[in-house]
Amino acid sequence: MTKRQHEIAITAPSLLWLALFFAIPALVVLAFTFHGHSPDGGVGEWSLSTWREIVDPDYPAIVWKTIRISFEVTVWCILLALPCGYAIAKMRSKWRAVVAGAIMLPFWTNFVVRVFAWKTILHPDGWVQHCYFSLLEARHWLSAHLPGLVARALDGAGIAPAEPPDPAFSTILDSEAAVVLVSVYTLLPFAIMPIYTAAEKFDFSLMEAARDLGAGNLRAFTSVFVPGIRQGIVSAVLMVFIPAVGSYVIPQMLGGTNCVLIGNKIFMRAIQNRNIPHAAALATLMAASVFVPIIAAAWWRRYQAKRGRRIVEVRAARLMAGGTK
Amino acid sequence: MKRSFFSLAVLGVVMAFLYGPVLLIFAYGFVPNGASMSFFGADGRFLGFSGKWYSLIFGGHHSVAPLMQSFWLSLRIAGLATVVSCVIGTTAALALHRFKSRLQSVHYALVYTPLVMPDILIGISLLMLFVACGVDCGFWTILVAHVTFCVSYVTMTLLARLQDFDDRLIESAYDLGAGPWYTFFKVELPLLLPGIVAGGLLAFTLSIDDVVITSFVNGAGTNTFPTFVSSMTKHSRNLPAVFALSTLMLCFTCALVGVSKALSRNPQNSKRKSK
Repeated sequence: MTKRQHEIAITAPSLLWLALFFAIPALVVLAFTFHGHSPDGGVGEWSLSTWREIVDPDYPAIVWKTIRISFEVTVWCILLALPCGYAIAKMRSKWRAVVAGAIMLPFWTNFVVRVFAWKTILHPDGWVQHCYFSLLEARHWLSAHLPGLVARALDGAGIAPAEPPDPAFSTILDSEAAVVLVSVYTLLPFAIMPIYTAAEKFDFSLMEAARDLGAGNLRAFTSVFVPGIRQGIVSAVLMVFIPAVGSYVIPQMLGGTNCVLIGNKIFMRAIQNRNIPHAAALATLMAASVFVPIIAAAWWRRYQAKRGRRIVEVRAARLMAGGTK
Repeated sequence: MKRSFFSLAVLGVVMAFLYGPVLLIFAYGFVPNGASMSFFGADGRFLGFSGKWYSLIFGGHHSVAPLMQSFWLSLRIAGLATVVSCVIGTTAALALHRFKSRLQSVHYALVYTPLVMPDILIGISLLMLFVACGVDCGFWTILVAHVTFCVSYVTMTLLARLQDFDDRLIESAYDLGAGPWYTFFKVELPLLLPGIVAGGLLAFTLSIDDVVITSFVNGAGTNTFPTFVSSMTKHSRNLPAVFALSTLMLCFTCALVGVSKALSRNPQNSKRKSK
C-alpha cells in the first residue's frame, strides 16, 4: 500500500460519512429555500416564493428577538464567568481540578430533566415567583416616586413601568426572563471553562504590578486581567452565543407563547405545519446569524496574533519597569 | 485582596445556582405525592420521603413502562452511536495527525464545522436529507444523526491526545520488523486507548443527552428518554419517576467516569512500578 492509498483508506470513513450526513444535507437545505411549498407537506416546484414570504414582518422580528436574547444571555454568562474563572485560577492547583470538575458535574444530569427541574422551581406558587413579582412591584414603585421626567424616561426604557404589574400576566414561567435565566444556567459552564483556562496561563504578577503603580483592585481587574485573557473571553462568547441562537427546548418549555425564537419557528414549520421550504429558509437565516460572529472572531484572532500580543507585551514590560522603580 | 474575596463570593453563588436544580432533582425523586409535586399535604403537614418511585422503576411497573422503554432505547442508541463514532473518529484523528495535505484540510473543516453549528441546524438538515430521499424516520435515522455529531467530538478529543504521542514508538516497531497491522493493534491502539475511552465517554453522554437533533429525526412514535421527557406535561404524575431515574443515571455516570479515570491511570502506575 502506498502512502497515498493509506491516507485515502483512513480518511474515507469519516470524510464520506460527514460529506453524506453533514455537507450534503446543508446543500439540500439551501436548495429547498428556492422551492415553493406544496400543500401535501412536501416540497413544490423551483421558485423564489419562499424568500419573498420570509421577509414578511413576522420573521425578521423573530430573528431580531433571538439575537437580542442570545446577547443578553452572553452578557450575563461572561459577567458571572469572569470572577469565577479568576477565583478558580487563583486557587491552589489541587483545588483547581476539583472545582473545575464540580462545575461540570451537574451537566451529567439530563439536559431536559434539568429544564424540567427549573419548571418546578419557577412554579407560580414558588418563592422565585414571589421574588420576581416583588421585583416588578419595586420597579413600579420606583416609577411612582421619581420626578416626572426621569420616570417617563425610565418607563420608555422599560426599566420602571408606570403601569402596576398585573398578577395574572406576571408569572416568571412563560416569560422571556425565564428563558434568559435558564439559558444562563445551562450555558454558564461553557463560559467559565475557556475563561478559566485562559486565566490559568495569566501571569498574576502583572496585577500586582498594576496595584503597585496605584491601580485599585477593580482597575487592575478590568484593565490588566480582562485584556490579558481576551482570547478566552472570545472563546467563551462563541461557546455561549452560538447555542443560545440555536436554542429551542428552553423557549419551548419555559417561554410559552411569549418567547418564540427562530429555533421554535423552525421546529413548528418543519414538524407541525410541514412547510419544509420555510423551515429551510429560517435555518439559513440562523446559520447566517451564527457565522457572522464566528468569522468576526476568526478575523479578530488573526489580527490580534499580529499586533495585539506585542501591545500586551509592551504594556506589561512598561508596568514591570514602573513597578521596580 | 478584596477582589479575590469578591470573586470567591461570586463563585459560591454560581455554585449554588448550578447545584440547586440538581439537588431539587435528587429531592423530588423521593416526593410522596406525584400529582401535587409537594412534600406537604393539603393541611400543610409534612408527608415525609417516599421510595415508591424507585420501587416503580425497579419493579417494572406498567405506569412507568413507556418511560423505561424510551430509556432503554436511549441506552441502545447511545451505545451503538458510541461504538460507530469511536471507530470512525479514530481513523479520522489518525489521518489528520499523520498527513498534511489539501485533502486533510478539507477533512479537518468537515470535522470541525459540526462543532460550531447549533444542534438544531444539524437536526433540520438531516431531516431534509431524509425527506429528500424519502426515508422513513425511526431508529436508524436517530442512530445516523447521533453518529454524525459524535464523530467530530471523538476526533477532536483524540487529536488533542495525539499531539503528545511519541511517533518514534511506531518507527521503532517498524524497525523491529512489525507490519503495519501488527503495529497498529499492538503498539498504537493500546497507547491511544485512554483517549478513545475519553472520546467515547463524551460521545455517550452527548448522545444520551441529545433532544434537539433527535426530535427532528425521530419520526412519529419513536421516543428516546430526552424526547419522551420533553413531551411530558407539567401535570404528568410520573415526573418524580423521571427525577429518580435521572438521579440513578447521574450516580451511574459518576461511577463510570471514576472507573475510566482509574483505568487510564493504571498503566502509568504499573509502568512506574516496573521501572
